[in-house]
Amino acid sequence: MIDVNTNGEVWIFAEQREGALAETSLELMSKGRQLADTLGVELCTVLIGSGVEKLCEKLAHYGADKVYLIEDPLLERYQTTSYAKVIDELIHEYHPQIMLYGATSCGRDLAPRVASAIKAGLTADCTDLQIGDHEVKKTSTTYKNLLFQIRTAFGGNIIATIINYDRWPQMATVREGVMPMPEPDTSRKAEVVKVKAKMTAADLALEIIREHHQEKKVNLKASRIIVAGGAGVGSKENFKLIWDLAHSLGASPGATRAAVDLGYIDRDHQVGQTGTTVRPSLYIAAGISGAIQHQAGMSESKKIIAINNDPDAPIFNVAHYKIVGDLNEVLPMLTKAIKEKV
Amino acid sequence: MPYNCVVMIKQVPDTKRVTGQAMNDDGTVNRAALPAIFNPEDLNALELALEIKDQYGGTVTVITMGLPAASEVLREALYRGADSAILVTDRRCAASDTLATSYIISCAVKKLDYDIVLCGRQAIDGDTAQVGPQLAEKLEIPQITYVEKLIHLNNGSISARRSIGAGWQEVKAGLPALLTVVDEANEPRVPAAKKLMKYKKARTRAEVEKAVREAGSNDDSKTAKLVETQCKALDEKGLLIKQWDLDYLEADMQWCGRDGSPTKVHRIQSVVLEAKGSKEVAPTLEAITEMTHELIEEHTIG
Repeated sequence: MIDVNTNGEVWIFAEQREGALAETSLELMSKGRQLADTLGVELCTVLIGSGVEKLCEKLAHYGADKVYLIEDPLLERYQTTSYAKVIDELIHEYHPQIMLYGATSCGRDLAPRVASAIKAGLTADCTDLQIGDHEVKKTSTTYKNLLFQIRTAFGGNIIATIINYDRWPQMATVREGVMPMPEPDTSRKAEVVKVKAKMTAADLALEIIREHHQEKKVNLKASRIIVAGGAGVGSKENFKLIWDLAHSLGASPGATRAAVDLGYIDRDHQVGQTGTTVRPSLYIAAGISGAIQHQAGMSESKKIIAINNDPDAPIFNVAHYKIVGDLNEVLPMLTKAIKEKV
Repeated sequence: MPYNCVVMIKQVPDTKRVTGQAMNDDGTVNRAALPAIFNPEDLNALELALEIKDQYGGTVTVITMGLPAASEVLREALYRGADSAILVTDRRCAASDTLATSYIISCAVKKLDYDIVLCGRQAIDGDTAQVGPQLAEKLEIPQITYVEKLIHLNNGSISARRSIGAGWQEVKAGLPALLTVVDEANEPRVPAAKKLMKYKKARTRAEVEKAVREAGSNDDSKTAKLVETQCKALDEKGLLIKQWDLDYLEADMQWCGRDGSPTKVHRIQSVVLEAKGSKEVAPTLEAITEMTHELIEEHTIG
């Protein structure tokens, strides 16, 4: 167990694959910077790999004060046990107060293994992080400047703020796409601390036989406008109405989990708790009832247009423009109106 | 070569079925109105274990940690083909976070002879996906998360295809190993009628005790005797579901329950779906054109 160290640094796991940093790790830098400034400590990143030193500069540009660089040929490819071992040793040596990971498939594979090894707490898939105080009434003790780890739970129906005050570091994985990407500052420099890894081949539990990379068919996170359809669209053929409107706007087509499960569109287009979290300028929701799991992924959109024939559909509760009507009529009208205006 | 599989399962509230009936007037969810179900991806983990048994032989044991009511998912697993089921239940398990939970269930798994431990990727009530990897760490065995497909089991090793977000990876690990399974992996089989007939009377000791007490027995020594007789009768028919507590598991109490949980809840808020400043737009070309115009003027589109 690791004790509380209020002078500890704020750490971010810098996820990289084949020398490219994960977008989520960079997104985390804005929040990490804020937390470190509030606590008056340094923001540091943990960069693990082989031949990745060049990434230190980029991490500095995005806000890192310090980069812990751990390089070893055995660490070239991510593996749970080897990476967990490196982080376990680093945490024991430097006692950071906060350690954050992107909630990517890698982060969510790695962070719990680390947490279990160092017997620390871990909060999954946070959507926000803040610094605050917590009072334990029973002992009349107030713990100052804790990391508030904020996440939805229970299928998105509750928001829980989780803390850990007696066993540190305070660790969390953070959902992809919820933190704004910081503007890089190319004049920033970071101290690079090279740490030797004590790796042997026995630390590699897996043999990676082969790997296939397939970029998602659509980059919803980067889309300024999303036109999304739900089960109410009715069929894969009818999803053409969504595609047509999306094309007229230069938008990306999105979908609910229900529409994806029904085979109307590929899973890469799924918005929501189990899909992608988006915050576009405009989100058009057609035939979407607005289950809380879907809303969790899109309610931060700046403007929302909802089209549904059920006036009581929950989606209308978050919409800026409510169109109660048949999407088969409304979508073509909207496509037409846009083609004429733009 | 046969393999012994242990599948970790969980009974969860059906959070995906939040309909109008399950909403309170203030827009929050009435959790009591949600039915308790077999966690969906745990069914995929069970199916994968059953497929391994079908192909290679061996056994499938399911474990759940929870209140006695969770015995229901154990029975469901038996209907689907599990060979044996274990309920880990103890009041001192209450308030366990993922770290304490993984510790407790690791004590249970260690009591068994196992080659492969399988978990669903995540449970729909918490969506943390943490207990699988934490359990693997406690058992000091390799983990293969997000398994989409089992490729091969051979000579004490397992190879599987796992999702890595944007793509997939084929990996091989020595046994024993832990797998977390995603819903794309398979289509879980339905309960078999024959097994349902056989196991519908299967009970845990806690359930027997509850039934005896509900039948109006308030004489303590008589109750105990009755429970003993009934459990023995069930056991003889192979219908007594094993029930383990923390003493049986020889668990170190400092790692269990609230004491064993570094994470604490600071605050819980219900999500209230808030109405924003919104406009009704009629489903006519005229009204929609006007809205489009507004959006272009404020540079939302165009």
